[in-house]
Amino acid sequence: MSLVKLQGIRKSYGSNEVLKGIDLTVNEGQVVALIGRSGSGKSTLLRTINGLEEINGGALEVDGEMLRPGHTNLRALRMKVGMVFQQFNLFPHLSAIENVMLAPVVVKKQNKAEAREVAAACLAKVGLADKEKSYPDQLSGGQQQRVAIARALAMQPRVLLCDEITSALDPELVNEVLNVVRKLAEEGMTLILVTHEMRFARDVCDNLVFMHGGKIREQGEPEQLFAAPATAELSQFVGSVAFH
Amino acid sequence: MAYSFDFSAVFDYSDVLLQGILMTVQLTAVGTVFGVGLGIVGAAVMTSRSRILRVIVSAYVELIRNTPFLVQLFFIFFGLPALGFRLSAWEAASLAMVINLGAYSTEIIRAGIEATPKGQIEAGLSLGMNRVQVFRHIIISPAMQRIWPALSSQIVIVMLGSAVCSQIAAEELTYAANFIQSRNFRAFESYFVTTILYLALAIALRFVLKMVGNHMFKRRSHA
Amino acid sequence: MLSFTFWDILSNLLLAARWTVLLSLIAFVCGGVVGLLVLLARVSRSAVLRKLSGYYIEAFQGTPLLMQLFLIFFGLPLVGIEVTAWLAAVLALTLFTSAFLAEIWRGCVEAVPRGQWEASESLGMTYFEQMRHVVLPQALRISIPPTVGFSVQVIKGTALTSIIGFVEVTRAGTMITNATFQPFLVYGLVALIYFVLCFPLSFYAKRLERRLHVAR
Ligand SMILES: Nc1ncnc2c1ncn2[C@@H]1O[C@H](COP(=O)(O)OP(=O)(O)O)[C@@H](O)[C@H]1O
Ligand SMILES: [Mg+2]
Repeated sequence: MSLVKLQGIRKSYGSNEVLKGIDLTVNEGQVVALIGRSGSGKSTLLRTINGLEEINGGALEVDGEMLRPGHTNLRALRMKVGMVFQQFNLFPHLSAIENVMLAPVVVKKQNKAEAREVAAACLAKVGLADKEKSYPDQLSGGQQQRVAIARALAMQPRVLLCDEITSALDPELVNEVLNVVRKLAEEGMTLILVTHEMRFARDVCDNLVFMHGGKIREQGEPEQLFAAPATAELSQFVGSVAFH
Repeated sequence: MAYSFDFSAVFDYSDVLLQGILMTVQLTAVGTVFGVGLGIVGAAVMTSRSRILRVIVSAYVELIRNTPFLVQLFFIFFGLPALGFRLSAWEAASLAMVINLGAYSTEIIRAGIEATPKGQIEAGLSLGMNRVQVFRHIIISPAMQRIWPALSSQIVIVMLGSAVCSQIAAEELTYAANFIQSRNFRAFESYFVTTILYLALAIALRFVLKMVGNHMFKRRSHA
Repeated sequence: MLSFTFWDILSNLLLAARWTVLLSLIAFVCGGVVGLLVLLARVSRSAVLRKLSGYYIEAFQGTPLLMQLFLIFFGLPLVGIEVTAWLAAVLALTLFTSAFLAEIWRGCVEAVPRGQWEASESLGMTYFEQMRHVVLPQALRISIPPTVGFSVQVIKGTALTSIIGFVEVTRAGTMITNATFQPFLVYGLVALIYFVLCFPLSFYAKRLERRLHVAR
């Protein structure tokens, strides 16, 4: 069953068209990786799915919530779409558990006790049960990013968007975050990730989407895509990234 | 020939001085609480998307920041009654303090808000919060923490500036000094003692504001 | 009772505003010169000088300008110096300005990265050579916006000299109000005159500041 459906999404910054008509369908429980060179529009595409970027054309549907150009009520959409950022973006004045509780209390009007329980469970899920009371600046980058994942999970989104969530991390901290994502994938969470971790993409993702110049150039199963790129751009891209 | 100083002639009026100090403190407290409150609202407006509101608030801010407090005070106390707003000296002084600090704190707090990393706002939006919720829960507290030292300095400046409220006969510390020197004819001594009292008030106020800041932005051990 | 037309009021205020401008200019220039001396003491290698200049700054920043005016106005005669309102005003505003400018400039000197001191020291420069050729030129650049911004405080500060009887624009406003009983109009105009004097400076300071930020 399709959960996320993009049809002809267009997005421009001034005269610069960054997304040139994107069609993409993501099914429930699918794990999709967006790959492509820097500047190809991956982040922009991900951000439109959360309504952080207004679209100029096309339509977007997530679990029955429609979004069209000029639409301003994004709340319903955002409650179904969680997002994790490259720079973590934790709220510095709140402890880990307060970071996770905030949206359920403020947006979903959960009572605090209930929200705290959910938040504690989310933190435990990302392996940070013992860090509830720590503030962001007391946590390592990997821990901060896991709190950010827990924060998104606490809203019980239908789909989770991850934009290069390990790119700002020291190499030795990458795996603790990827392992959390892998676990979510195994549990059947629908995920759309932008990643440069090609080995991870190959191992975990069901579907790979290669973007180039604001368009989807190729998509398919990872093994097949990596083994036999159909376009010169993809084979060049595959050649340029290391599989570590 | 040499002038002989006589400070005891001032301390004979220590109850008058005390009364004056109390009024200065009171004026400052009112000015701070409502002025900073006004500043938060003003800063919220200045960072909002409504162009017309932004223009109105920045006109207010610029008008106040570019005219002397004394003239603002005269305008409120002597000028407004012409429009039917008759205020007592104390009310006029308080109002002037609030309006004055409101403008400065709007500017200071706005700078604090604008220093919010964009990603934090996006994180809030991506969780489904609306702009008001993002402001209230994500932006304002770190912004206030960021600008607290600058705001504290401004509050001290406004407290010291309140000395001119004596000119509309608001009975604060300088008014007390004027009163005393008119009785004991010891102008220098009276103003000297008063100056020292202001200095002490400024130091105490800085300390209190620092404590308030520590308390407000303290990390609670449990949420 | 004399009858004043709007133009009478305005022209009288504008005539008095000349004194506001002149007083501001003198205080700013003299305050700048004294402020530079205070600054040099504040960032000197002598702990005593640093401490004394620190007290000097605190004395002026921690007390009302009005009290500073009063102390000079009533204090100098006690040591045998005849003071007019004009002299007291110039003196008080100069000292006030010097303290604030010294403190503003100290911030600018301290904003010059430590590495600049170390680099110039490693080249064998003396303290004064470092100051003169390396630190002050850099501090000067970043000091311009806040210095221009502070000039607004000086102009507004001159209003207080009306209280010791110096006839500048605020005092003129009070006198005209007493004659015309039109406080709303008169003080409105007084405020407007200050605004016209101050706003361009604030605006310019803000623009300079922004340009500096972009450049960095
Ligand atoms: N806020 C913005 N304003 C203007 N141009 C932008 C903005 N964000 C992204 N772009 C442009 O859009 C293009 C795609 O950017 P992005 O989606 O971030 O690419 P990717 O994530 O694939 O590296 C780039 O050319 C970038 O310069
Ligand atoms: Mg990107």
